[in-house]
Amino acid sequence: MSRTLSQPVTVAFDYTRSTGPVLGNFFSCLRDRVIVGGRTSSGAVLVPPLEYDPVTHQATTDFVPVGPGGVLTSWTWVPEPVLGQPFDRPFAWALVTFDGADAPMLLALDADYGSIRTGMRVSVRWADERTGAITDIACVEAEVEVREAPRPRSQSTPVTGIVTPVSLDYLYAASPEESAFFSALAQGRIIGQRCPVCHHVYVPPRGACPVDGVPTMDAVELAHTGTVTTFCIVNVPFLGQKIAPPYVAAYVLLDGADIAIQHLVQGIAADEVRMGMRVEAVWRPREEWGTTIENIAHFRPTGEPDADYETYRRHL
Amino acid sequence: MTRDVAVVGFAQRQMKEFDGSPTCVELLVPIFQECYDQTGFTRHDIGFWCSGSSDYLAGRSFSFVSAVDAIGALPPVNESHVEMDAAWALYEAWLKIRTGEIDTAIVYGFGKASASTLRRTLALQLDPYTMTPLWPDTVSIAALQARLGLDAGLWDEKALAEVAQRSLSDAESNEHAVRRGGSSVEQLLDRALYADPLRKHDIAPVSDGAAAIVLAADDRARAASDRPAWITGIAHHIDPLHLGARDLTTSASARRSARAAGTTGVQVAELHAPFSHQELILRTALELGPDVVINPSGGALTSNPLFTAGLNRIGEAARRIWDGSADSALGHATSGPVLQQNLVCTMSSESNL
Repeated sequence: MSRTLSQPVTVAFDYTRSTGPVLGNFFSCLRDRVIVGGRTSSGAVLVPPLEYDPVTHQATTDFVPVGPGGVLTSWTWVPEPVLGQPFDRPFAWALVTFDGADAPMLLALDADYGSIRTGMRVSVRWADERTGAITDIACVEAEVEVREAPRPRSQSTPVTGIVTPVSLDYLYAASPEESAFFSALAQGRIIGQRCPVCHHVYVPPRGACPVDGVPTMDAVELAHTGTVTTFCIVNVPFLGQKIAPPYVAAYVLLDGADIAIQHLVQGIAADEVRMGMRVEAVWRPREEWGTTIENIAHFRPTGEPDADYETYRRHL
Repeated sequence: MTRDVAVVGFAQRQMKEFDGSPTCVELLVPIFQECYDQTGFTRHDIGFWCSGSSDYLAGRSFSFVSAVDAIGALPPVNESHVEMDAAWALYEAWLKIRTGEIDTAIVYGFGKASASTLRRTLALQLDPYTMTPLWPDTVSIAALQARLGLDAGLWDEKALAEVAQRSLSDAESNEHAVRRGGSSVEQLLDRALYADPLRKHDIAPVSDGAAAIVLAADDRARAASDRPAWITGIAHHIDPLHLGARDLTTSASARRSARAAGTTGVQVAELHAPFSHQELILRTALELGPDVVINPSGGALTSNPLFTAGLNRIGEAARRIWDGSADSALGHATSGPVLQQNLVCTMSSESNL
């Protein structure tokens, strides 16, 4: 059994990139069903074109139409495709040297496993909808007899940018110490851990004391009351915001802890919250609890006199 | 100012799946302790800390900052980070010691590759315009490279199986290996193809882990170790990212690094080859003769924790010098797709000075 809590996490971002003139031209041509390579100072034609010559470092300006037919220079079979690849069933990757090019480029090959041979003739299969991106080439396939001639360039706007969505899936594990913290929250308890060297109590507990670099082992049960050390009033709306501004996000130093946790302070007007204010945790109904800090809905004032500045000065 | 720098400490942990947070703090704490025990240093003796890791592997931001907890950073420490194998962190630390700014350093790396689909995540190190949008996986790209050499007659399937067989056999005596246990070349060749022409034993296992190396200059090294592994040469170079712009059956950057570091007289070489055929490419590129012992640890084919597998090669090579089984050893690290970037570090029992 795992000693840690974990849950799936997806990290996703759309990368928006400007293409510059060389790749912009390459992608503009793909959109028109034309493949162009770039000639280097040594005379070789590389596909896709290099933006700058590897020897002279000059920008590539000599573009050469290549393909759409070519030779299979190398290949491999993908028995277990991963998300985002050109096919979601087993398929082949290929290094294809297009007619007129001197070096191969990487593309997917749609062919029966048993029919693939190095040196076989292949040809481009275009995507039905082309946007000016590498995915305008759907794949290569065994060459059929009828070869379409390269088409004249269209008059549409040149490609200047591409958008590449990237999405990565993780199984994110909390550390054993964090796992103990979240498990305790599911029981309505807040636990920290004490460093055996400096005796500071960390909440949430960490794998090692950041001061001394030693494991923090002794669990410490913490009070559900504490002191606001510092705070800010959130006035700015943002995507996914759960509470209508203005509201208060504060650092709360729980009694018995040496490091503050961040949480919400409610039950008081935002402009009345102050440093040193004494607060207590307000828990959600027990049936809503999980292994999460959200079990605590927010902190609210206890009504006690404010803490003396000296009691929390060291924690600011 | 000329100073000699030596590897004087090395600790490692590897496993198939690390049951813990991707910051690997709890792996690093005992690793650092082992480094202190080996050298007699305390954390206050260490002049510089440099790590190698990647947030793409961790699935969270600033994982290397959390890892600093394992050091104990009060008072603040002199610290740096590379988004590369920690072998490149070692290069940075070596340089800093050579300048005279510091006398000692700990370089470390960590990674939890099992948290995501590694061969997919690594598509992000490819050309972002013409390759990443197709999500080519690293195993397939290596397989394309392997076939180029097979078709050109540079190696055959038997040569690949021999590399795997020797690695798996050697890994039997390596407690840190994730995969071990040789059978025979014939039995390996009987196994099914996976990424044709590669079989699963030709492909490094996905591995989690962390490791650290201690570097020290001159008398600090002599005080820390009875037989320091003095760094006699270290260099790294990179090839173009465009797969069509280089010959994938050779490694120009590895050759150039080896020539800069100097490999004459090397008795043991630990090569960071995550695929069987890449060891063959590297042996040729590094101009290693048939008498050089290759990967006595079992190498990356038996354990390939990302961001430390290269550092481990330097550590394993240094261990051969410490225990007297070699007077001259070489550690190699690679980064990027199909041996794009390569680092060579040669070490000797004899100080340069």
